[in-house]
Amino acid sequence: MPNAPDTPAILIEGLRKSFGANEVLKGIDLRVKAGEVIAIIGKSGSGKSTLLRCINGLEMFQQGTLEVQGQRLSYSDPRAMRALRQQVGMIFQSFNLFPHLSVGRNIKLAPGLVKQLPDGQIDATARRLLERVGLAEKFDAYPDQLSGGQQQRVAIARALAMSPGILLCDEITSALDPELVGEVLAVVESLAREGMTLLMVTHEMNFARKVSDRVIFMHQGLVHEQGTPEELFARPQTPELKQFLSSLT
Amino acid sequence: MVEFSLWDIVRNLLLAARWTVVLSLIAFVGGGLVALALLVARSTPSTGLRRSVAAYVQLFQGTPLLMQLFLAYFGMALLGVETSAWTAAAVALTLYSSAFLTEIWHGCVRSIPRGQWEAAQSLALSFTEQLRHVVFPQAARIAVAPTVGFLVQVVKGTALASVIGFVELTKAGTMITNATFKPFVVYSCVAILYFLMCYPISLYARFLEGRLHAKRT
Repeated sequence: MPNAPDTPAILIEGLRKSFGANEVLKGIDLRVKAGEVIAIIGKSGSGKSTLLRCINGLEMFQQGTLEVQGQRLSYSDPRAMRALRQQVGMIFQSFNLFPHLSVGRNIKLAPGLVKQLPDGQIDATARRLLERVGLAEKFDAYPDQLSGGQQQRVAIARALAMSPGILLCDEITSALDPELVGEVLAVVESLAREGMTLLMVTHEMNFARKVSDRVIFMHQGLVHEQGTPEELFARPQTPELKQFLSSLT
Repeated sequence: MVEFSLWDIVRNLLLAARWTVVLSLIAFVGGGLVALALLVARSTPSTGLRRSVAAYVQLFQGTPLLMQLFLAYFGMALLGVETSAWTAAAVALTLYSSAFLTEIWHGCVRSIPRGQWEAAQSLALSFTEQLRHVVFPQAARIAVAPTVGFLVQVVKGTALASVIGFVELTKAGTMITNATFKPFVVYSCVAILYFLMCYPISLYARFLEGRLHAKRT
């Protein structure tokens, strides 16, 4: 990271977001250190995904501030948004690969357009990333020829091709068949080990417990409780979290 | 009285059919270019632009093409612009085509899942890059068949240009009828010529549609 070590990767203060009259986020404060791995858990409708989508500007919030590596997010400045999004990669529940492009071109598209690197370099990076997610031989395949797990791994490679400092994962295994979840989580785990700043909304509690530095429990649009996975899962403080955890088993 | 052979009739109709083809192409290509600009405007986040385009489309879809031709022909003259039947027909048909093509293409753009836009956005692509590299290529695939199908409507629509004195196939048919007094023969020939122009286009549209579906599997 080019920034000073004390600059938080993400700094959110008093963030509020409504869809019409329905307030989804009711004042979120969050500071994420560079390299920190955070799992966000909570019931559906608690605002977890919305929070994640605010961080790379897919959703607009009405109040509060959000900084990514010291840069304030501003919707009115397309250039700043573009710079911010280069820093923040996102993986979606439904993969969202571009079906009209081959796997290789899916990965190469954004670096070519946005970073305007020479094609040889982009190509080498794409092949290296694809190899890293274990799909080296799929460079020329099309997304609809791949399984869900493979598609999601390509999506991870595509996001990594922009060399983001932060990766947002929005329930990335929820659309997968159970036997395909492991291969995707293995890739995420290796990213976490290598020091990527990760924010993931997840229902995989075992995985959250294993890889995250901090777990955040969201409830009704607020950060209700947070702590290390040991604290949070072993000694939940609030009745809401206790109830949520017991509802899972 | 001069006798007209069937060949005389067909030959003259064929000569006039050239202008039907030319007018169709002008309307289709011109309309396509205007529609592309309108489509970009309609896909932007700007509410004002989107509403203006929607109003434009409604205006042309909600009035008969015949009125549009009259308005173009007499209206442009009223504004002091020297109009020939040619210009008026070309302008009116171009605007008419642009409205319908905008609507067809907009539907295709809307059918592209939200997630495609979001993925492109989160990869830091600009709005025009999102359109050009992610949304339009996918929408274009879907759009080809209905667009070619709409070309048939344009070809048949040019027949109305005859009322403002533009000599194309239909107008030529009327003129030849007045000379030969054989309306049934002449208009049959006219109809056959339209069919010969339109049917291959329809077939081609269907072929494209088939190829699109084949490619998906």
